[in-house]
Amino acid sequence: MGIISRGFSGRRSAADAKLPPGQYLTTDFPVLSAGPTPHIPLDQWEFVIDDGANVLRRWDWKSFRDLPTETFTVDLHCVTRWSKLGTSWEGVSVDTMLADVKTDASYAMARSYGDYTTNLPLKDLRNGQAWIAFRFDSKDLAPEHGGPARLLVPHLYLWKSAKWVKGLTLMSHDKPGFWENLGYHIYGNPWREQRYSGDE
Amino acid sequence: MMWRVGTVVALQDETATARTITLKVPDWPGHIAGQHVDVRLTAPDRYSAVRSYSIASAPNSERRVELTVDRLPNGEVSPYLTQELAIGDPLEVRGPIGGWFVWRSEQTEPIQLVAGGSGIVPLMAMIRSRAAVGGAATFRLLYSVREPGAVLYRDELQALSDQNRSVTLIYASTRVAPKDWPRPPGRIDAALIAQTTWPSNLSPTCYVCGPTSFVESAAGFLTAIGNSPDKIRTERFGPTGDRK
Repeated sequence: MGIISRGFSGRRSAADAKLPPGQYLTTDFPVLSAGPTPHIPLDQWEFVIDDGANVLRRWDWKSFRDLPTETFTVDLHCVTRWSKLGTSWEGVSVDTMLADVKTDASYAMARSYGDYTTNLPLKDLRNGQAWIAFRFDSKDLAPEHGGPARLLVPHLYLWKSAKWVKGLTLMSHDKPGFWENLGYHIYGNPWREQRYSGDE
Repeated sequence: MMWRVGTVVALQDETATARTITLKVPDWPGHIAGQHVDVRLTAPDRYSAVRSYSIASAPNSERRVELTVDRLPNGEVSPYLTQELAIGDPLEVRGPIGGWFVWRSEQTEPIQLVAGGSGIVPLMAMIRSRAAVGGAATFRLLYSVREPGAVLYRDELQALSDQNRSVTLIYASTRVAPKDWPRPPGRIDAALIAQTTWPSNLSPTCYVCGPTSFVESAAGFLTAIGNSPDKIRTERFGPTGDRK
C-alpha cells in the first residue's frame, strides 16, 4: 500500500471497476513502438509459421485473406497504463492458422516486420484467445497501429500483440523477445499486474 | 519491482506549464540516460494513480532523480505534480524502467536527437550525461516546439552548446518563430530533417521522442534520407498516452 500523497484526491470513474490494477481509461488509441513504422506493401507481405528449422505453413496476403475471419470486440491494456475498452476488430483466429500444424511446442515467438519479437505460451494463442487482425473499427488497420496485420492477444499486455506481424516460430522452451529482454515481464498478465521482470 | 520513497528537495518552473521536480531517493539503484520512472500518488481512501515520467537528470552518484512534468489540462496526476507537490513531500517512485530508449556513455557514434515538445526530457538526460562524461560522441538536437516560450532547459542547452560544443542545437517552431531561428513556423518536414540532421552515411543513432504524430513523421523522414530503421529509436506519447 502506498503512502498517502498530501492533498491528492484523484479521479475515479465507474469504468475503473472494469480495469486491471494500475490502469486508467482512455478513449483514443495511443501508439507505442520502439522504432519507425514499417510500411509493408500487400504484394510483399507474407506470414510464416516455422519451428525454427523448417517452414510449416506460409501464406501470402491473398491466401491469408481467403481464410475464414471473425469479428470480435475486446478490451486492450497497455503496460504504459492506458486501457481502451470495447475495441472492435476483424481478423483470422490463430486457431485457424495453427489448425494443420502438428507440433509438440509449448511456446511461440511472434516475429514482426521491423525485427520486433515477443514470446508467448502456445496455449495463450489457442482456444479463441488470439487473432491475426487486419481491420479495426471497420477500417483497414493503419500502419501505426500495426497494419497490414497485427497479432492480437487481448488477455495479455498489449506489447504481446505484435504489430506488423509476419510469423510465429514454435519453440519447445520459452525465450524472451524484444521487450522481455529489456526488463519487461516474461508473460504479462494485466490482471496480475505483471509489468516488469521480477513482478510476481 | 519495488516502490521507493523519494523526498522532494527542489522544484523549478521551466515554462508556464512545466516544472522540474528534484527527488532524493536514498536507495536509488542508479539509472541510464533515457530511462523513466513510475510515480504513484495515493489518496486518503487508498485510491492510487500511477503515471510514467522520463528522467531528466544524468546518471549521478548523489541518488538524485529529476523529473520534468508538463501539466496537461485534464490530467489526473500532472496537475498535482506541477501545482500541489511541495519541497519536503515524500513521493513514491519505481524504476528505473526501460532499456531500449537509452544512451550509454560507451557509445561513440554520432547521436541525432529529435524532440517534439516535452519529448525533450529523456533526450536532455542524454545530453547531460554526454556533458558529464565528456567523450567522443557528437550530439545534434533538433527540437520542435509550439512557440519559443515552450522551450525547456533553454539556458542550459545554450551553455552546453557554447562551452564545449558537445551538442549542436537546431530549434524549430510550429506556430511562432523568432527572427533568428533558421526557418519560419511550421511542422518539421523532409527538407528540415535532411538539412539539419547528421548525414546518414555517418550512421548516427537517432532518438526521437514526442507526440505520436510528430514521432511518426520525424522517424519517417529520417528513414527516407537513408538512416537504417534499426538505428532509429522512438518513444511516443499520444494525447492521453503514457506521459499524462
